[in-house]
Amino acid sequence: MRTPSEFTVPKDRRASDSLVSVLGLSRTFDVSPPFLNRLIERLPKRTLKAVTDVSFNVERGTVFALVGESGSGKTTIGRMVVGLMEPSAGNVLIDGERSGPDSRRGGVQMVFQDPYASLNPRWRVRDIIAEPVVAQGGKATGIAEQLLEKVGLSADDAKLFPHQFSGGQRQRIGIARALASNPKLIVCDEPTSALDVSVQAQVLNLMSDLKDEFGLTYIFISHDLTVVRHMADRIGVLYLGRLVEEAPVEELFTDAKHPYTRMLLEAAPRMDAFGREASIPIGEIPDPISPPPGCAFHPRCPLATEVCRRSVPAMQPVNKGRVACHHAL
Amino acid sequence: MPVPVLSVRDLSVEIPSRYGVMRPVDRVSFDIAAGEILGVVGESGAGKSMTGNAVIGLLARPAHISGGEVWLMGQRIDTLATETKRRIRGRRIGMVFQDPLTSLNPLLTVGQQLTETILEHLAVSKKEARQRSIQLLQEVGIPAAAERIDSYPHEFSGGMRQRVVIALALSAEPSLVIADEPTTALDVSVQAQIIGLLKRLCRERGVAVMLVTHDMGVIAEAADRVAVMYAGRLAEIGSVRDVILTPAHHYARGLMASTPLASLGMRRLRQIPGSMPRLGRLPQGCAFNPRCEQATQRCRVDPTPTLSDDPNGRAACWYPLKGTI
Repeated sequence: MRTPSEFTVPKDRRASDSLVSVLGLSRTFDVSPPFLNRLIERLPKRTLKAVTDVSFNVERGTVFALVGESGSGKTTIGRMVVGLMEPSAGNVLIDGERSGPDSRRGGVQMVFQDPYASLNPRWRVRDIIAEPVVAQGGKATGIAEQLLEKVGLSADDAKLFPHQFSGGQRQRIGIARALASNPKLIVCDEPTSALDVSVQAQVLNLMSDLKDEFGLTYIFISHDLTVVRHMADRIGVLYLGRLVEEAPVEELFTDAKHPYTRMLLEAAPRMDAFGREASIPIGEIPDPISPPPGCAFHPRCPLATEVCRRSVPAMQPVNKGRVACHHAL
Repeated sequence: MPVPVLSVRDLSVEIPSRYGVMRPVDRVSFDIAAGEILGVVGESGAGKSMTGNAVIGLLARPAHISGGEVWLMGQRIDTLATETKRRIRGRRIGMVFQDPLTSLNPLLTVGQQLTETILEHLAVSKKEARQRSIQLLQEVGIPAAAERIDSYPHEFSGGMRQRVVIALALSAEPSLVIADEPTTALDVSVQAQIIGLLKRLCRERGVAVMLVTHDMGVIAEAADRVAVMYAGRLAEIGSVRDVILTPAHHYARGLMASTPLASLGMRRLRQIPGSMPRLGRLPQGCAFNPRCEQATQRCRVDPTPTLSDDPNGRAACWYPLKGTI
């Protein structure tokens, strides 16, 4: 089992006021074929390492973004931070306390990606929003109406059902529900990727306003780099379950160190890039069940050498961030 | 001027329903020349996909073309009999849909699907068809095409599957390809690969491409011209540079400004208030007037403005914008 020894946040930041500390977090899933098949076909057990040894700190009142492509483990980390999933190894500390099933009771909330799947269609909006309070045995009278006004809907909407709202309005209801138990931290898992551009702008603005008003901290999970650039203070870049780079937003966008981060930034479509002949990325994300040895990015990396095939690079502090690469630029 | 590959004139689609007749596409006109990529953007429900489906005659009943004309290489195709239309669709028009897994048959190998299409539309032998299939797979960038041709769709990754779909769309050497959100289901790095591929094929083969997407970044990178749709109508059409940098329609401007990139360094994103009206509940006059800052009495009362009301022919607006965002 790995220890969180590679946790290399620079000293001056360790003293600062961090709300969330993620320490050496790992999660594996059993993806073996069924028992009888294994027995008859003599197949071994197979595991998928969704998250491997991820460590980071989130300061109070800031937005920490996790970016990565599908299968990079960003949602799995989010679920472990909220306490919806137990880590296989490592810890999540929120305000110094271990995150577990208890942290679900108020301090940490989540906004989900799909506003059509995350609201119970048989419940009225009032009950949906009050649920986090009711679940703790609190008094929820009037909370839904108040919060609906806060997120830009009207108090009268509390008696309606989710299907009577559009996608953007549903996401507002999801945000209101997350606010109900007065949380310190909200994990937002791709909160706008199901929404249209003009609605996305409305929801992102709302989230910024609420953050200031309630003094919230966000962990913002997204694959959209333009959204992340707008929202985040710090960004962690994930590749195949490992954190490969972590830096303040401007540093990452102007001076990325990891070749994967550079590839992502280069590949993202830009609105000012008319007829750009982008250098097209090579290859695709490898199979997470049998990832390449050494640095998982080496088959696609322009800088890869022998050492990258042999050993996994450790996190090293660079400027105000950290990077895990043998040949960090 | 050469005849455009696709010419759509005042195309309207209607859906009769209990609540009256809906018009998801309302008098839309545009041309696409050979070797040109026309981007069609808009929010969900704006009628982008419906326009694409109307062009190829794939409208699901009870939706039907209620007016207008569709011309492909100088031949009118919207009035043809079903069987003739089917042949033209397979031979002259290629389709690429959002989800590559649903547009491939899971029970047939990739090679079977490719050769079947080629044999159906081109006069070649089985052996030649297989040869051509391998060539096509190579051309769309599938490594070891000669071995991969006998694999089933589920054995490919998402990006590779979309390449197979593109190969399939090109297999009968069409003159028009309609790509409906071809990269929406893909990761950023794979998306860049597919966009690069579409651009290369368009240039090398001189195919006209209608690229339907909601992603402004994709449009900026790939398209030569852009059509912006709103509530079933064409709000603006023009060169990609003009529409993105100096939009003339108020909706187009709002759309460009609300992307996070346009508000770089600003604390708040610019936003358009409200949301797009539902079909059947369209406001009188210009469909955008309830959300438009500069709407006047004329916008609320007069019938919908069309592109011909703008002296520059770019925006369907009584008061088109001049200048930058």
